[in-house]
Amino acid sequence: MTLLLVALGAAVGAPLRYLTDRLIRARHDSVFPWGTLAVNVAGSLLLGFVIGLPAGPALTALLGTGLCGALTTYSTFSYETLRLAQDGARFLAVVNVAVSLAAGLTAAMIGLLLAQIFTA
Amino acid sequence: MLTTWPVLAAVSAGGVLGALARHAIATALPHPPGAFAWSILLVNVSGCLLIGVLMVLVVEVWTDRPLVRPFLGVGVLGGYTTFSTYAVEVHQAMAAGRPATALLYLAITPAAAVLAAWAGAALTGRAVRAFRRGDGG
Repeated sequence: MTLLLVALGAAVGAPLRYLTDRLIRARHDSVFPWGTLAVNVAGSLLLGFVIGLPAGPALTALLGTGLCGALTTYSTFSYETLRLAQDGARFLAVVNVAVSLAAGLTAAMIGLLLAQIFTA
Repeated sequence: MLTTWPVLAAVSAGGVLGALARHAIATALPHPPGAFAWSILLVNVSGCLLIGVLMVLVVEVWTDRPLVRPFLGVGVLGGYTTFSTYAVEVHQAMAAGRPATALLYLAITPAAAVLAAWAGAALTGRAVRAFRRGDGG
């Protein structure tokens, strides 16, 4: 049952990441990977909330491991960072790592805090 | 740009496989909340090594297979690796009163991830060129 919930969440999360990235790329002609940043921050916020509640094992499998896990990505984040560095935009590569970490951690913290307010 | 249904289906199916693989590794290598998250570090770094390998193959070898990158790259490896768990686990280590663990995990993951992507791409690029030379091409 847990496997089915993880699969279901991921089946939605992965195409949601793809579509978000496409939408942002279509609207902002930029070398900076805004799309990946957006999904990673949104997913960190939601996972913080799910873990902070804490949601039960079924909801955690569906929304946490499945949806947030597949919505967010480390492989694309690191590959885009590598591309920026190799294409002569080393400063943007460093900025991408710094902003992703700062925004992702802040979003996760806000999610955890919102969950505490929600359950208080 | 047009998004086709086969591409979305490939991303979704790949995402399911990747997430299940991540779940299997996280279940096989459990860690108490707040402890160093070796399983997710392993998942993220191995996924980054593989994206480096894949992107060279997609650009240089599988140029006529448009679904390979959506399925294996966006889907499998995107679903396998995770940023959200990484971010939340840093907070959990802090909340467990382990700031050194949190900082170490915070810093090691991106450094190892980018290094792995670079190594995967560099080694695969070298292998592809060596293969082509040996092929008499």
